[in-house]
This record gives sequence, C-alpha cells and structure tokens, in this order.
Amino acid sequence: MRDVAIIGVSQTKFGELWDISFRDMIVEAGMGSLKDANIEGKDLEAMYVGNMSAGLFVQQEHISSLIADHTGLVPIPCARVEAACASGGLALRNGIIAVASGYHDFVIAAGVEKMTDVVDPTPAIATASDQEWEAQQGVTFPSLYAMIAQRHMYEYGTTREQLAMFSVVNHKNGAKNPLAQFPFEVTVEQVLKSSTVADPLTLLDCSPISDGAAAIVLCPADMAKKYTDTPVYVKASTQASGTIALHDRKNLTTIDATVNAARNAYDMAGVGPKDIDAVEVHDCFSINGILAIEDLGFVEKGKGGVAVEEGMTELDGDLPVNPSGGLKSRGHPLGATGIAQAVEMVWQLRGEAGKRQIAGTEIGMTHNIGGTGGTAAVHILSV
Amino acid sequence: MKDTVRGWRHIPQRYNLIGSKCLECGKVFFPKRIICPECRRKGQLEDIKLRGEGKIYTYSIINTPTDEFKTIAPYVVAIVELDDGAKITTQIVDCNPEDVKIGDEVEMVFRKIREEGDDGVISYGFKFRIKK
Ligand SMILES: [Zn+2]
Repeated sequence: MRDVAIIGVSQTKFGELWDISFRDMIVEAGMGSLKDANIEGKDLEAMYVGNMSAGLFVQQEHISSLIADHTGLVPIPCARVEAACASGGLALRNGIIAVASGYHDFVIAAGVEKMTDVVDPTPAIATASDQEWEAQQGVTFPSLYAMIAQRHMYEYGTTREQLAMFSVVNHKNGAKNPLAQFPFEVTVEQVLKSSTVADPLTLLDCSPISDGAAAIVLCPADMAKKYTDTPVYVKASTQASGTIALHDRKNLTTIDATVNAARNAYDMAGVGPKDIDAVEVHDCFSINGILAIEDLGFVEKGKGGVAVEEGMTELDGDLPVNPSGGLKSRGHPLGATGIAQAVEMVWQLRGEAGKRQIAGTEIGMTHNIGGTGGTAAVHILSV
Repeated sequence: MKDTVRGWRHIPQRYNLIGSKCLECGKVFFPKRIICPECRRKGQLEDIKLRGEGKIYTYSIINTPTDEFKTIAPYVVAIVELDDGAKITTQIVDCNPEDVKIGDEVEMVFRKIREEGDDGVISYGFKFRIKK
C-alpha cells in the first residue's frame, strides 16, 4: 500500500443556497479543490462523490454522470458513494483506497447534498434509519437520537444543560467560520428555550437542513511536494458497520461502529487518543457529539457531558472539538459533511483556519456517522 | 407512501408480532431474520410468536412528526425491551405523554398505524400501552 496525501481542498458556503443548484455546488467545490492543488482536471483519474439522497431531495439519480459532465471531465470515471450521513466519509475512504492501492494517482473525493429544494425533507432523512421497522412506526430521525439522549441521561446522569453546552461550543467556533451556515453564538438558555423537536432534544440540539458541497484532491504521498508546500498526510482511514435499527443494539449509549472504526484507526496510525490535537466529530444532534468523544476514547463512557461542561472541548481546551462549528453551526448537507470535516482538518493542519486556528495542530481526526450509527468512518490526518 | 404490498407482506409480523428465535443460541429477533448474526451458518432460526409484553427501555415525545403522523402529535415513541428477549420500536398510546418513564411495564395493542391519504389504504399494526 502507498501512503496518500491531500494536496487540495475546497468547500462551498453551507446554508440555504436557493440561488445555486445541486450541479453548480459540486462544480464550485470540485474546481476550488483542483485550483488549491495546482492541478488541472485532465490530470484526474477518478472521482468519488458522497451523496445520501439526490433521488429524494432533487429527484436526480445517476449523479456520477451528471457531475463528470458538468465539471467538464467526461470521460473520467465518477462513482457515487452512499451511507446516509456518512456518505462523504466513505467517498474520502474510497478515494484514499484507490490511491493507496496504486490503481490511480490523482483522485477527487467530494460530497454534495441539496436539501432545501423539497418542502419537507423529514421523510428523506428518515430513510437513514430502518424504513420498515423504525420510520413506519412513526419514529422520526431526531426522535431516535432523543431516545439515545434519554437513555444516556438515565444511565449516566447527563444533564439537559450539558447537551446544550455542546451546541453552545459549536456555535462559538462556527461564529469564526465564514463558510458556516449559522456563524453566530447561542447561549445555553436559548438552546433550552428553543422549541422541542423530540423530547428531550430541542431545535438547537439539532443540526440544520443544509445545502453545500466540499472536495478534496488526493495523490501518492511521494508526489505531493511537487504540487504544494503543505501536504497533509492520511495516517488512517477506517470504516465500520453497525446495525441499521437502533433497537438491535445491545447498548444504546455506545455507538459500536464508532468504537470499532476508531480502534482500527488508532492501530493503523500508530497513535492513541492522547496524540490527537483536534477532532471534528459527527454532532448531527448534541447527544451524538457527547457519544463521539466517549466512543473515540477521549473521555470515559458517561463522562462526555461533564467534559463539555468543564470546557475540555473548547478551542483553547485540552481537546478542541469541531473547530469548524460542527454539523450544528457549520451546517450538515448530509453527503458533504464527511468531506467538509476533513477539509476543516486540513486547514487546521496547514495553519490556514483563520480566527478559529488551533495553534500547533499536528495530528487531527475526523469522525463521520451514517444514520444512528449503522456506519462510522474515521480518518486521522497529520502534517 | 405507496406501500400496499409492502404492508401486506408484513401482516404476520405487524398483526401478530411474529419474530425469529435461534435454536442454537436462543436469541430472539424482531423483525424476523434469515441469519442469526451470532451463530451465522450454524444458527437455526424458526418463527416465534412474541407475547407482546415488556418494559420501556427508552422513549421520546415527538412534537415535529412527518406529515403522515401530524394528526396524532405530540405522541410517544419508545424502544421496548420485550420479556421474550428482543427490543422493538413502537408508539406508546393511551397515556399522558408526560407520565411515561423508563422501566414502565407495557403490553401490545392492535391499532391503526397510518392512512395513505383520503382514498388510500389504511395500515394496521402493533402499538403498546402502559399496563394498568
Ligand atoms: Zn444464534
């Protein structure tokens, strides 16, 4: 296997982008990453694009052809990769595997989702869960995470305020990110007083409905310096599966897919949780951010809420979490999220993260979840 | 959602709570499975009618449902740990949502689940209620 480097990254603004179409977003992100990598489209050999549900959100399948066509890159092969909200993380992993294996040298891994063209995106989002035995029972996607939160509060005494703090810290970071959907701060009180979506979760515990795209250019590590002075190296790329339905988990307060993907990632990179300088975790809901820092091994099981409350996860804390603002504040265009997390980590490692830069970041991690933990993808990147 | 056939296919499971039991390891599954994830090829699954009694393992009160369930909101959903072994996702009915707690004993009831619009098929199946 060859070592792999990231030589170019790009992300569109995330938000309700009514004036920009699905195809325009992915073209913008893709072209941005090529420019950042100092290579031309004709140098590319393959494209992998994470997308959860263009079919349900914009009534378009076969987006592999659409994207190759509208980026002007026909006949370069393009493959769509899908694992609900982890589609982006999987696209990155597939791109990395393609380069590491020696099959291709220059590859784009991208992600895109256009969620605001439908009146009600809720049924489409619910397809990330077990359609027949969860969604059709009347369960919504937020209510599945609400049930996880309820159980975490019951087993470990996690408080409503601690959940709210996760959103507060995200927004504090996102306020410093010009590409974030909601670049402003919120207070614990605002989170608690926002409307209840699925008790105990309120609107400000939930990541938003977003449009956006992001892209990354990969190449063999030994070629990277020809294109950039600041390559970022892929130390680990792992993925694990879990049961599709939440009710089939032995334990609701641990996402086994995260635990398994993280263990393999640490092994692959030869590092441990203490070596990670910053992490982007999948906080589709505040409770999932808390599960993530526990399941990735940064704090003991059940202590995530306390750690957030005590400031561990802030930009100047022991382990800065979601410097980008996370899914909550940066936004969560499902298929783009896993790529955007890695884009943020590349900016942090290059020292290009502006006002939210974490000084001295040398090793960063990204953590991307599909559904309620049916899929998890973990990446470890370094300078 | 045009799921007339899909609903019909599931009638034994949705009406009578038919799950699977592995004769090798004793584990119970709902919905039915073809393969026991514990025993894989050594496993032997057979149909089992679950008794439909258990305890609330966790729950949530839904305030913002999809269109299909708008008329019943706010309503309670839960994961119920059945006495027979499996966990199941269901609505909890006939209750004041605020009174539901983890550990409450519940039993299955047969109810209307949803309607496909004014002229569509009405789907029925299981929900659970708190035992008196
Ligand atoms: Zn078995």
